[in-house]
Amino acid sequence: MPSIERCARSPRRRGPSVPIELFRIDDRLIHGQVVVGWGQPLNLGFIALVDDEVAGSEWEQELYRMGVPPEMDVYFATPDEASRQLEAWQADQRPGILLTGDIDTMRRLIELSPSITAVNLGGIHHRAGRTLKLRYVYLSPQEEEALRALERKGVALSAQDVPSARAVPLEDVLRGEAER
Amino acid sequence: MSEGEPVAIVAAHGDLAAGFVSAVQQITGRGDLFLPMTNTGLGAAEIERAILDLVDGRRIGVIFTDLPAGSCTIAARRVQAARPHVVLITGASLPLLLDFMSHEELEPAEAAAHAVDRAVRSITAASGAKRAH
Repeated sequence: MPSIERCARSPRRRGPSVPIELFRIDDRLIHGQVVVGWGQPLNLGFIALVDDEVAGSEWEQELYRMGVPPEMDVYFATPDEASRQLEAWQADQRPGILLTGDIDTMRRLIELSPSITAVNLGGIHHRAGRTLKLRYVYLSPQEEEALRALERKGVALSAQDVPSARAVPLEDVLRGEAER
Repeated sequence: MSEGEPVAIVAAHGDLAAGFVSAVQQITGRGDLFLPMTNTGLGAAEIERAILDLVDGRRIGVIFTDLPAGSCTIAARRVQAARPHVVLITGASLPLLLDFMSHEELEPAEAAAHAVDRAVRSITAASGAKRAH
């Protein structure tokens, strides 16, 4: 069984509620790794998908809701809406995961919600202007700087695509040497 | 289904699609009917573009994907919105592909429906039984 001990999760709170287990940047948003790879070992009860475009489109929402098991709720929100909902999601009894599709959306959310202290880089794939850091993480110079800025604010960042993989600290990711 | 002309895309995680096509080739010699595609290393937009390129460039009307919630399925649904003639079947399996390719007399949507029915019925759970002597 995959270990979930090494992932970059937020510290658990005391008390009956379970915080959001993972704040993840993944340009595929809801997909197999999230629903099955993380969803099953974490016993996810809900996914919060934070994305301006998806939050504004019923069609997009239906697309992402389509393959999610019926017992798993999916919430859609803009960063503003998510920051207002975060406390309620954190107080939810069920484990949850919060997803953004890019670094900038996560940055905007963290600016509004400084309680987010750990972020998982789950999938940032190749695009013009980005260079290879890990097989599932490509970054532009601007994105590298954005991640460094988040780290300077005290956010712990690491890359980990699936629970059984090693969590790679940001510094190793940026050096691009983690898989050499 | 003319020989040498692919009629469907199989899009899946890892090497699964290539494995399916290899198996179809081994069993029937007609692996050429399917174009395998992996999502490995691709972002959502790249998966969608790759599928759309195959649909347009090879005049493909059928897409098989593996996971209903997977990125291949999400991308295929987006392609379907732009190309409504495309039929999408999730939960790809070998019985599904074999049945689909064996009904070339049917329209793709009909062949897909037939194959789904066969594939669902092909899933069984057999409990152990003592061997009779």
